[in-house]
Amino acid sequence: MTRGALPRWADYGLMPALNLAAAFLASGLVVLFIGENPVEAVKILVWGSLGWNEGIGFTLFYATNFIFTGLAVAVAFHAGLFNIGGEGQAYLGGLGVALACLALDRYVPWWVTLPFAVLGAAAAGAAWAFVPAILQAKRGSHVVITTIMFNFIAASLMVYLLVNVMAKAGSMQPETRTFEPGGRLPFLQDVIPGADFGTAPLNLSLIVALMCCMAVWALIWRTKLGYEIRTFGANPVAAVYAGISPVRITVVTMMISGGLAGMMAINEIMGSQHRLLIEFVSGYGFVGIAVALMGRAHPVGIILASILFGMLYQGGAELAFEKPAITRDMIVVIQGLVILFAGALEHMFRPGLVRLLAAFRPTAAQAA
Amino acid sequence: MFDMLILILDSTVRLSTPLLLACLAGLYSERSGVFDIGLEGKMLGAAFAAGAVAALAGSAWAGLAAGIAASIALALLHGFASITHRGNQIVSGVAINFLAIGLTALLGQAWFQQGGQTPRLPQEARFTDITWPFADSLRDVPVIGGLYSELFSGHNLLVYVAFLSVPLTWWVLYRTRFGLRLRAVGENPAAVDTAGISVTWLRYRAVICTGILCGVAGAYLSTAQSAGFIKDMTAGRGFIALAALIFAKWRPVPAMFACLLFGFLDALAIRLQGQPLPVIGQVPVQVFQALPYILTVVLLAGFIGRAVPPKAGGVAYVKERT
Repeated sequence: MTRGALPRWADYGLMPALNLAAAFLASGLVVLFIGENPVEAVKILVWGSLGWNEGIGFTLFYATNFIFTGLAVAVAFHAGLFNIGGEGQAYLGGLGVALACLALDRYVPWWVTLPFAVLGAAAAGAAWAFVPAILQAKRGSHVVITTIMFNFIAASLMVYLLVNVMAKAGSMQPETRTFEPGGRLPFLQDVIPGADFGTAPLNLSLIVALMCCMAVWALIWRTKLGYEIRTFGANPVAAVYAGISPVRITVVTMMISGGLAGMMAINEIMGSQHRLLIEFVSGYGFVGIAVALMGRAHPVGIILASILFGMLYQGGAELAFEKPAITRDMIVVIQGLVILFAGALEHMFRPGLVRLLAAFRPTAAQAA
Repeated sequence: MFDMLILILDSTVRLSTPLLLACLAGLYSERSGVFDIGLEGKMLGAAFAAGAVAALAGSAWAGLAAGIAASIALALLHGFASITHRGNQIVSGVAINFLAIGLTALLGQAWFQQGGQTPRLPQEARFTDITWPFADSLRDVPVIGGLYSELFSGHNLLVYVAFLSVPLTWWVLYRTRFGLRLRAVGENPAAVDTAGISVTWLRYRAVICTGILCGVAGAYLSTAQSAGFIKDMTAGRGFIALAALIFAKWRPVPAMFACLLFGFLDALAIRLQGQPLPVIGQVPVQVFQALPYILTVVLLAGFIGRAVPPKAGGVAYVKERT
């Protein structure tokens, strides 16, 4: 082991745990600062998200969104790319889903619509990621800046489409008509006998999300393309000497990433809202960054991080209900702190931890 | 027609001011090699602090000071993460944006119970419009009178501060030792380090400059343009400022023109809402909203000129490799 490196268990287990603990400690201080009891807040949060059927349903529903956007950011990470445009790609994904549902819902059952919706979401998301990708690969404009710009362009485009083109005739609401059952995914409680999630819109998208996790794992660690993506991410110069085309990897990775972000719309539009409406993404794309950072860009980590953020969303809603002083904005604060400690400050505890572990190692070596 | 043009230019100046302040703020940080996508967050934090303190103290100046302090605090957090701990600058910026959105709304509700807003400021606790001498008597003079009394006179102090910051920034950047070093550390930190100058301290000073200017931008929003803080009142201006910074290729004078251009588009969109244009017909307002971003993407792609960021931008400086 080289000097300054941590054993794997510390790198993948202890470090994230420490960072998360720091983030939650800081969140507790914020709660204390506005004059509430943090311990009580945690109790309400955990009970609200895991303590009853409907709570669990909502937690998993939110987690589904986070799995998609988290995977999107993670795939790009492996190629050393920072896709900060999940927000816009998911928004466009909604367009893809809605077009498929609006075209088919009156004629076929949902399981015929679903593949088209998946395809539409992924294609629209990928298309929205394609332009920033090709501009980075061919023209050298940084993908971070371009994807930020594309988030805003997506927002304007979607408002325009929903107000002027796709709005239901005779309605002032910027939204499409409600889909017929052929454009709605069944709720999990209707599919799994005995399951009861109350009014939570937990639907089949969760299964789609988990399948995506397996697909991403297989892609990144078990295919030639995944190997190329990781090589390019680790050392772009070496990758070129190994015959890997930077243009191809950048474009393909960003399109996979955009496609995954776009698929988030399946859960929200086809699974829950049953119509396309403005601002349905509401930050899920950005939170994907936090999910990917916490999950260490590994599908298993992303599932765990997604459940945690799902808990925050659902538990936070309960918390706002029980304690009016702690509004839902607390969730945003916690997310910010998680991004700060698990992302930007991820190395803060590392030197200390390395020293601490090194202090134990010589004695262990002597014993052996 | 001329009157209408003056009115549009007048609102252009008002709408450009926060962009310009935030854009110059970003310029200091990014020229020193610290990318900052947290301009939005710092501005929002400052707007809240300024609105809250101005309401409590009844003074716009106290509000301005609080706004600057809040913005500097967030800037130092960015510095702590990305300079001291060599964290990813983009991630740190995202974190600061999240923190600002969440904290301002949370604290606003906890302290004032008005749905995340701060109390409405009385006229004395705001930066009010300053009328230049003879503005009223010159109003009727053709052309010059309109320009003088509408366009130049009758803005609040912070508008003038913003536009005076342009030559000031130019002077600091190109005519002082600090400016030379600032530009050098953004291109080649190792060379600056070899010359015996602390890269860390230099970059910290740069992000503090960013904090000050973002603070003024935020205070402008909540104590000059509006009478109080409204939840999420920056509404993406920090990102437009970032776009303007790229558009200006990280230079102060072009930054002013970029901000004026984007402000003009905004003013035009407000003015033209629902009105058909000659020749092209009615243009959807979303086109104007998206245009700054589209122009920036096109520019970045090198189709009109080429925007090359500071060479060491986004990379933490490592003094020694172990």
